[in-house]
Amino acid sequence: MFEIFGIPSTALFGQLLIGLINGSFYALLSLGLAVIFGMLNVINFAHCAQYMMGAFAAFLLLNLTGLGYWGALIVAPILVGIFGIIVERCLLQWLYKLDHLYGLLLTFGLVLIIEGVARNFYGSAGLPYTMPESLQGGQNLGFMFLPNYRAWVIVASLTVCLATWFVIERTRLGAYLRAATENPTLVRAFGINVPLMITLTYGFGVALAAFAGVMAAPIYNVSPQMGSSLIIVVFAVVVIGGMGSIMGAIVTGFGLGIVEGLTKVFFPEASNTVIFVIMAIVLLVRPAGLFGRRA
Amino acid sequence: MLDVRSPLLSVKNLQSWYGESHILHGVSFDVHQGEVVTLLGRNGAGKTTTLKSIMGIVGQRSGAVTFEGRELIGLASNQVARAGIALCPEERGIFASLTVEENLMLPPEVKKGGLSLDTIFELFPNLKERLGSSQGTKLSGGEQQMLAIARILRTGARMLLLDEPTEGLAPVIIQQIGKTIRTLKQQGFTILLVEQNFRFASTVADRYYVMENGRVAESFARADLDANLEKLHEYLGV
Ligand SMILES: Nc1ncnc2c1ncn2[C@@H]1O[C@H](COP(=O)(O)OP(=O)(O)OP(=O)(O)O)[C@@H](O)[C@H]1O
Ligand SMILES: [Mg+2]
Repeated sequence: MFEIFGIPSTALFGQLLIGLINGSFYALLSLGLAVIFGMLNVINFAHCAQYMMGAFAAFLLLNLTGLGYWGALIVAPILVGIFGIIVERCLLQWLYKLDHLYGLLLTFGLVLIIEGVARNFYGSAGLPYTMPESLQGGQNLGFMFLPNYRAWVIVASLTVCLATWFVIERTRLGAYLRAATENPTLVRAFGINVPLMITLTYGFGVALAAFAGVMAAPIYNVSPQMGSSLIIVVFAVVVIGGMGSIMGAIVTGFGLGIVEGLTKVFFPEASNTVIFVIMAIVLLVRPAGLFGRRA
Repeated sequence: MLDVRSPLLSVKNLQSWYGESHILHGVSFDVHQGEVVTLLGRNGAGKTTTLKSIMGIVGQRSGAVTFEGRELIGLASNQVARAGIALCPEERGIFASLTVEENLMLPPEVKKGGLSLDTIFELFPNLKERLGSSQGTKLSGGEQQMLAIARILRTGARMLLLDEPTEGLAPVIIQQIGKTIRTLKQQGFTILLVEQNFRFASTVADRYYVMENGRVAESFARADLDANLEKLHEYLGV
């Protein structure tokens, strides 16, 4: 063990790791929000409720069908994504031409309903979800102890984030998405079924949230309000990164997780507020966000 | 089989609205296979609205738009495009978040037999050099216009709707666009061209329709242009 600025390395790297874990969830969630906002012009306040649904889906799949963690990592996002598609077709699609506020209010209402239903059946105490056996234990790296599951969360989140970035910024499908974000009418007049693309984009964004929820289940307890405690921070991350930028959401998500972790080491009193302080500064200096395109 | 004499595109009593405002009040005209037909008219006459109504991108429309004998009026714009009609919009519609190459490759193939990239670069040699450019909107106005035309030639659509392709461009570029339209006509494309610049239109058009206040006020063939010059000046206010 050694010290950095008078801080034991295990404490420093321990907090850095927690920061990276939090950052993994911030990045996944703000990425989904950015993708949804770009295509639908809707601020999806239900995002963190859908994250919670992912965790609950994993819990229910395990307890009702015996499907374990790895299966749930695939099946839960698909189920919650389908729920998202139904929400988009039945409700959201009528709001695109209206002010952002309507989408925000509708999805806020959805949060109340989804959380209320979960609380009604499962109470607000957390439900345990055990870690998959293959990821239990950890590595002693000398300067710190690295739990395997946490390493997996970071790698999985990074992989999914970068894959999403690649599809959107480097492929033909992504070119359709970017073009439709700019001018949906013209893209549709080229023969592309833009409404279908919008529906699937929402489903995908929601599935990303559910994927994060499944990954969170073994770390945090599965509980109806597990999303609410996260959403305010995630919205701050989105504001800092700038709405609509894919790489911006990823970098800001991980970056702010790390900043938060380091603040816990060096100035613990500020660790809960540091993200909001950064948000205030960014709003003053660059109102469109660090990576924002629009003014 | 289609009757050879029946028009490729036929517009009958087309009416359109933007919200409450009634813009087209019964527009009718025909375009035959292989023709270049020009819609002339002052600012606000309803030329762009006519193209948009054919494409299915105005709020509300009625009347009949038949293409290859098929009624298009109830179709969504993506289905109209799939029927084989392609639009080059007035504002060009180059995407800032796409590279030049992505802009060029964006419209999907709707029919077999679109122009190959080689043929397109023969028509627009400058585009080939700018292919690596990072942002479509960094091109000059003329290059953006060429890109906007080039990308719809790939799709296999044989009916092109071009909305003021010469607007705001330098004379040499206007000449190049004129040459392109003549080449496309030789290759069998059918073109509905919206123009305010009738000097340019007269170098490419087979027939003219003049629009005023959301209606077709006049129509004449290429040969009758001189005889109609005076009337035309009145309609266009030039
Ligand atoms: N989105 C819209 N909403 C309401 N009115 C519109 C809209 N677009 C056009 N108009 C109106 O419809 C009328 C016809 O417009 P249109 O763009 O079709 O004219 P145009 O002949 O293409 O003119 P220009 O030569 O200036 O392009 C105009 O009075 C215009 O103000
Ligand atoms: Mg116009």
